[in-house]
Amino acid sequence: MAHGPQSGLKRWLYTTNHKDIGTLYLWFSFAMFFMGGCMALIIRAELFEPGLQIVKPEFFNQMTTMHGLIMVFGAVMPAFVGLANWMIPMMIGAPDMALPRMNNWSFWILPFGFTMLASTLFMEGGAPNFGWTFYAPLSTEYAPPSVTFFIFSIHILGASSIMGAINIIATILNMRAPGMTLMKMPLFVWTWLITAYLLIAVMPVLAGVVTMMLMDIHFGTSFFSAAGGGDPVLFQHVFWFFGHPEVYIMILPAFGIISAIIPTFARKPLFGYSSMVYATAAIAFLSLIVWAHHMFTVGMPIAGELFFMYATMLISVPTGVKIFNWVSTMFRGSMTFETPMLFAIAFIILFAIGGFSGLMLAIAPADFQYHDTYFVVAHFHYVLVPGAIFSITAGVYYWLPKWTGNMYNETMGKVHFWLAFIGLNLTFFPMHFVGLAGMPRRIPDYALQFADFNQMASMGAFLFGAAQVVFLFNVVRTVMGGRKATEQVWDNPQGLEWTVPSPAPYHTFSTPPVVR
Amino acid sequence: MKLSENTKVSAKLLVLAASMLVFAIFVMPPLYDAFCEVTGLNGKTGGRYEAIPAAIDTSRSITVQFVASNNGNMPWEFAPSVMSVEVHPGEVMDTVFLAFNPTERDMVGQAIPSLVPFKAAEYFHKTECFCFNQQILKAGEEAELPLRFIVDPEIPSSVNTITLSYTLFDVTERISKNIDKNNAESAREG
Repeated sequence: MAHGPQSGLKRWLYTTNHKDIGTLYLWFSFAMFFMGGCMALIIRAELFEPGLQIVKPEFFNQMTTMHGLIMVFGAVMPAFVGLANWMIPMMIGAPDMALPRMNNWSFWILPFGFTMLASTLFMEGGAPNFGWTFYAPLSTEYAPPSVTFFIFSIHILGASSIMGAINIIATILNMRAPGMTLMKMPLFVWTWLITAYLLIAVMPVLAGVVTMMLMDIHFGTSFFSAAGGGDPVLFQHVFWFFGHPEVYIMILPAFGIISAIIPTFARKPLFGYSSMVYATAAIAFLSLIVWAHHMFTVGMPIAGELFFMYATMLISVPTGVKIFNWVSTMFRGSMTFETPMLFAIAFIILFAIGGFSGLMLAIAPADFQYHDTYFVVAHFHYVLVPGAIFSITAGVYYWLPKWTGNMYNETMGKVHFWLAFIGLNLTFFPMHFVGLAGMPRRIPDYALQFADFNQMASMGAFLFGAAQVVFLFNVVRTVMGGRKATEQVWDNPQGLEWTVPSPAPYHTFSTPPVVR
Repeated sequence: MKLSENTKVSAKLLVLAASMLVFAIFVMPPLYDAFCEVTGLNGKTGGRYEAIPAAIDTSRSITVQFVASNNGNMPWEFAPSVMSVEVHPGEVMDTVFLAFNPTERDMVGQAIPSLVPFKAAEYFHKTECFCFNQQILKAGEEAELPLRFIVDPEIPSSVNTITLSYTLFDVTERISKNIDKNNAESAREG
C-alpha cells in the first residue's frame, strides 16, 4: 500500500486505479439511467391517453430515439464495464487492470461523447428522431442536421467500448493469479471475456455503418441510396450484424452476475459450471449468424427466412441450459431472500418470459404480424429491463458492501425490489396485448381501443421510476455510512473478492493470492 | 515482461478491430451486391446484357407488366407507354417509358429497377435500358426512354407474370456540381 489516491478532482481525472474507474463508470451509467428514464416517462406520459397532449410528434420521436440510445450505450454498457473494472481484477487475484492508462481514457471520452449526443436536443431541427436503429434513409436523406453529431458520438462510444474490451481481455489472459486456470475463473469473468470478444468483433461494424452514413450525407457516396446504385436494405444488414450481437453484449455479463449471486444465497455451488461456460460461448457464436431475424419482412428468399428462423430458435438451447443450471443450483438449497437474491430470481423468471416472446418473434411467418408492433417493444424490454437492469441492480446490492464497507438498508432494498417488480410488469406486460392487437411502435397517438392497456403501462412506468429513486437514495446512504460490513459480507460466499477487507482497500492483491 | 505480453494481446485485438471496420465498409457492401445479383434478391436486375442468339420458345408466353413511380418529391411525369406486353421467352422486345419535366428548371433523374418475382430476376435480361444512365431533361422537356429486353428461355415454367418496376429518383443536386463544371467548360470552349 505504497500510496493512496490523490485528493480532490484530480483523483478522478488522473486515476488509473481500477476501483476508481469502476466507480466512475457506475455513477456515469446511473446518471444516464435516470436521464434515459426521464425520456421514457415523457413517452409514457404522452401515451397515457390517446390523442396528442404533452409533446409534439417530432419531439416524441426524438424521445424514443434518445431513450434507446442512452439506455443502450449510456446506461447498460457502461454499467457492465464498471462492474468489470471493479470486480474482474479482484476475482482473478490481479492488482489492477492490464492497461490502466487506456482504462482512464476509455472512461473519460464517454462524458464527451454523451454531451455531444445530448447537445443535439438543443440544436436546430432537433435531436436524432429516426429511432435507435437509425435505419437509412431516415437517418441519411431525411435526417435532421444534428445527425452528424450523432455519428461522431457513436464513433466515440465505439472507441471507448473497444478500448474497454481490449483491456478486459488483456487483464483476463495475462493477469490471473498463479493457479487461477481458465476453468477456475468465476463465471462473471468468463462471460465478460466472451462479451469482450463480441465487442471487438461488432463495435467496428457499428463504426463502419455510421461512417458509411457520414459519407452518404456529406461526401456524395451512395451506400444506402438507391438513386446512386446503393441499397437501403444493406443498411439493415450491416446494422443488425452489429445489433444482434449487441443485445448479447448486454445480457452475457448479466448471466455472470446471476451465476455469482444464486449460489451464495442458495448455499450450494453453482450447478454445471463447465456447461455454463460452453453455453455462453455457444450463445456468442450463434449471435453472429442470426441478424436477419430482425428483418424477416424485407423480402428475403424462403431459404434465408428458414435459416435465420432455425438458427434463432437454436439459441434457446444454450439459454435453456443456463436457466436449468440456475434452477438446479437453487433446488434443495437453503435459500434466503436478501435483496440481491430477489432481483436474481426475478431475473430468471422474467428473462425467461422475454425469451419465450423472443421465440414467438423468431417464427418467421408469425413475425410478419408482430413486426414493428408493441409486441416487439414488450419483448425487448422484458429481456433488457429484468435482464440487464435487474442483474446490474442485483450486482450492485451484492457487491455494494464490499465497495463501501457498509451494509445497505435491507428494508429499503426490498421496497425497491417490489416496487420495481410490480412497476415493470405493469408497464411491459400489457404491451404484449396491445402489440398483438396491432398497435404499432414509435407512435405518439393511438386508436381508442388501446387506451386501457396504455394507461396501465404508463402508471407502471411511473411506479418503476419511483422505485429507482429509492434505489438511488439507498446507494447514497450506504456510501455515506451504515452498519459495517464484514469481510465476507454474506454467508460463506465463494470467490477471491470476499477474502479482502470491506471496504476493499485502494490496492488489492499487490502480491498474488494463493488459489487452491 | 508482463508489459510486452499485454502489448502483444492488445496489438492483436486492435488488428482484429481494425479489420472488422474494413470488413464493414469495404467488404460487406460489395459482398451484398454480389449476393443480390447472384440470387436476384431484392429484385435487383443485372447490368447490360449482351444478346446471345437463342431459339424463341413460342410454346409459352409470359406477361411482363410495367410499373413506374416517383420517389419522394420527384416532380416528373413518368409512366410506361403500355401497361403490359406478352413475350415469348427468347424474343427481343422493345418498349418505351415516357418522361416529362413539368418544372421550370433543368433536372437529372435516375431510374432504379426492381423486379418480382425475385426468382425471375436472373432470367430477365436488359440489352438496353434508360436505367443504365442518368436522364437529363431540360425545363418542360419530354422524352421517350427506351427499354429492350429478353426473357431467358431457361426461365422456370412456374413464372407466368413478371412485374418490372422503375422508381425515378431526383439526382439533380447530387450531380449539379458536375453540371455547373461542364457548363463552365463548354462556355469557355464556345
